[in-house]
Amino acid sequence: MAAERSEQSANRQNGQPPDHAPDRQDRRVGLVLVSHSALLAEGAAQLTRELAGAEVPIEPAGGMPEDGGLGTSIELIERAVRAADRGAGVVILADLGSAVLTVKLMLDDADDLPGPVLLADAPFVEGAVSAVVAASAGADAQAVLAAAEEARQFHKV
Amino acid sequence: MSQSQSQNPGPGHHENQNPVTLDTAFFVAWITRTAAVVEAERARLTELDSAIGDGDHGTNLDRGFASVMRVLDTTAPRTPGTVLALTGTTLISKVGGASGPLYGTAFRRAGNALSDAPEIDLPGLAAALDAALAAIRKLGAARDGDKTMVDALAPAVSALDDAVARGAALLDALNAMVAAAEQGAQATIAMQASKGRASYLGPRSVGHEDPGAASTVLILTALRDTAAEATASKPDGE
Repeated sequence: MAAERSEQSANRQNGQPPDHAPDRQDRRVGLVLVSHSALLAEGAAQLTRELAGAEVPIEPAGGMPEDGGLGTSIELIERAVRAADRGAGVVILADLGSAVLTVKLMLDDADDLPGPVLLADAPFVEGAVSAVVAASAGADAQAVLAAAEEARQFHKV
Repeated sequence: MSQSQSQNPGPGHHENQNPVTLDTAFFVAWITRTAAVVEAERARLTELDSAIGDGDHGTNLDRGFASVMRVLDTTAPRTPGTVLALTGTTLISKVGGASGPLYGTAFRRAGNALSDAPEIDLPGLAAALDAALAAIRKLGAARDGDKTMVDALAPAVSALDDAVARGAALLDALNAMVAAAEQGAQATIAMQASKGRASYLGPRSVGHEDPGAASTVLILTALRDTAAEATASKPDGE
């Protein structure tokens, strides 16, 4: 597995397209988009799906399930992580600090989470966009995380 | 008898004051009182949170503790530890803002510290609150002076630990704890927020009491008041 990956990145560095072995197609890192708002999470998911095509699993996890109100739900997030996993791990984007608290608790609590599950210290939308581009190109979980966190440096204007 | 007794009861100390049993019923009474107080103070907490937050602290806590009461009613916990652990788990699950994970992990950790003992002594209670504070510090990473619930809870736990170390009786120790919590919450008024929603306001957060510190005072006061009421209602010689 490691040997295949380094061969693939060597190909990318040489300007060649990565190998498209059939068994590798499904193993994109998944994204979970955690927001206090169900609408915001779904909106960010729509935006990123546009960029990724169908390959990258993207799961919104926003709002409280009982009434659709604002807040982050530990159960919703865990379900989203399991749904987004395809065997290559999951990177989580969170909108505000309290979402980070809920994610941290979920990561501590959950049994047998498919690994690796990484929480990005990144702006919600920009981090998600950077992450999905990296995931779409076949980056592994650590590289997707790094891409998300690079978004902290971006200037817009 | 596992209750600590002060050697020299001060003026006003009732000669026949019997120690309160910190059993499951006591802890249920504490949480019940907390839920009532949080409901009663909902507007004040919301107002504090509107000044420097997003105005949902009162609502969140009220709804969270209402859920806790439903869970406690239907689950019939059998130990003090279970009462607190259920409280914590429910708050985590039902309160979507920062106070859910923070209070939730605090109560859960405190419950775990009590394990399955049917009755808790004062040092055990203090140890549970130590664990609660440690859990909040670890999850939220707030430092003293960041203008958060920690600024009420840390002095409160410290005062309680000091009281236990000098052999204070239950009510004296809890009074010291509440006084320290109140003082800590008052001290947050002058602080500038470095954590949470209020931190987005920067200098504009100065001059307002932190809502998390205020709600911490309410919860600890409910603990003291539950003990005070239990003490007052104990018949002599029991």
